[in-house]
Formats: sequence, C-alpha cells, structure tokens
Amino acid sequence: MKLAEVLEALSLAVDDPEMHNKEVEGGYCSDLLSDVMAKAAARSIWVTNQVHPNVVAVASLIDAAAVIIAGGMKPEEETVKKAEELGIPLFSTDLTAFDVVGRLYALGLRGKSRNG
Amino acid sequence: MADIRGVETLMSVTYDIAARDFVRAGEAANKLKRLLQQLGLDPAVIRRAAIAAYEAEMNVVIHSYGGQMKVDITPETIEILCQDSGPGIPDIEQALQEGYSTASEEIREMGFGAGMGLPNIQRSADQFQIESTVGQGTTLHVTILHEAGE
Ligand SMILES: Nc1ncnc2c1ncn2[C@@H]1O[C@H](COP(=O)(O)OP(=O)(O)O)[C@@H](O)[C@H]1O
Ligand SMILES: [Mg+2]
Repeated sequence: MKLAEVLEALSLAVDDPEMHNKEVEGGYCSDLLSDVMAKAAARSIWVTNQVHPNVVAVASLIDAAAVIIAGGMKPEEETVKKAEELGIPLFSTDLTAFDVVGRLYALGLRGKSRNG
Repeated sequence: MADIRGVETLMSVTYDIAARDFVRAGEAANKLKRLLQQLGLDPAVIRRAAIAAYEAEMNVVIHSYGGQMKVDITPETIEILCQDSGPGIPDIEQALQEGYSTASEEIREMGFGAGMGLPNIQRSADQFQIESTVGQGTTLHVTILHEAGE
C-alpha cells in the first residue's frame, strides 16, 4: 500500500508527492530502540512515543517507510532536522499508539517483523 | 593493501564516536549502511551489519568515554572493530545476558538500556569477540560473512 493511504487514515496531511508514493509493507510498534532495530521489517510504519533524534537514526537503518509519533508527543527539533536530512517521513498525532495501530490494521496493514 | 591476517581489504573506514552525544548517535552505523548499499551488498547482510554497528556505537555513546569504529570490507567479510576508552566491563558473561543493563533510568526512558544490545550483536554476527579491561575500555570485534545472508 502507498504511504498516502496510511496518512489519510490518520488524518495527516503532506503535499510531498514523493512521500505519497512511498511503499508501505507492514507496521511495527515499540519504544525500545534495540527491539525495533532487531525486529522491525524494512518498509514498515513505525509507531512510537519516543521523540529524540535517535529514532530517526534507527528508522533510517531499518529502512522504515515512516515514523508516527503517537500520543500527542512532539518530536524534538533535532529529530525533525535529522528526519529531513535523512529523508525519513516523520509525523506526530494526538491519537494514542493503540488507536494509530488500530486504524492501520483496519486498512489492511499487518505487523511485520524481520524474521517472519 | 593486505592486513595482518593477510586478507585483501577492499575498503577500510573509521568513524569517531562521541560519548553522550545523543544527537549524532547512530551516524556511524548509518554511514556504514549507506556505504554497504553503494557496494551493492545483500540487504539481509546489510541489516545484520547495521544492527551490529548500531548497538556497538550506542554502547560507546552510552557506556564509555568515547571511541572509534573501524570497518574493513573484504571480498568475504565485513569486519567491525569497535574500541573505546571507558570503565570497561567487569563481568562479560553477565553483560552478554539478555536483559542485563547498567543503564540509568534516564537512558531507559529514551528507549535504550533494554539489555538487548550485546545479544543482538551476537545474533547478527558470524564471529563475535569482546575484550574489556576495567578502568581502560572495551574492544568488540564482529565478523559478518557476505554469503551467509539471513
Ligand atoms: N562499551 C562498553 N563499555 C562499558 N560497558 C559496556 C559497554 N558495552 C556494554 N557494556 C555493559 O554491558 C551491559 C549490556 O550491554 P547491552 O547488551 O548493549 O545492553 P544495554 O546497552 O541496553 O545496557 C551494559 O549495560 C553495560 O553495563
Ligand atoms: Mg547496548
């Protein structure tokens, strides 16, 4: 599925057409960086409550399709800067992580970890 | 050029890692990943190298006073040598246990300190060596074979 569909389901708006066309293959939800690094599959949507710049470093290392910061937390300034630098789509929402995942599941997206 | 083991090195890179710099933390691993992608290596191999490099880098950032990561890419292997100056590890066997961490509460709140770093490096590595001297520092040597894949 395309990232555009995911963003629409979460009522998130962007007007970068390149971002809209990004391929999404699954999702992963965790706040433990080592867990995400070890297990999240490439081209996943990563849902987290962490807001610091290392989130972007990890997202880039795992080829995440996008990062959604849930629960009304806002990314730190350095996090936003790094996301732009590394070309990682980064969003924040007032929806809780539970509700973000629920909406994406309803779209047909499934949890995907690296070793199946 | 040939290194001490007599293996031809295709490429050798060194990254500096600063202690406690949580803005730059993960840059060394990301630079390595991009290099491996440019070399056209298998994505599963790149992911294993990325996991090992990231966890090694984060340990230097979190637990040491600073260090370096040197990576040699040979026709058969990716060799990651990560050295730091720092407090060292008094009990390596304990440090290798899943879930064991001495990270502070503040570090854990950031999502680090799950005690999964060294076990994840071991799982990603085809060869793994760790040496540490208390009061001096820690050296980690990870070998990843290109062909082993997942
Ligand atoms: N480079 C290092 N210098 C000093 N201590 C280290 C180093 N790497 C690991 N350790 C010790 O080993 C423990 C386990 O490391 P690790 O498995 O990466 O988990 P974590 O980093 O989440 O604590 C650390 O909590 C720390 O006590
Ligand atoms: Mg660690």
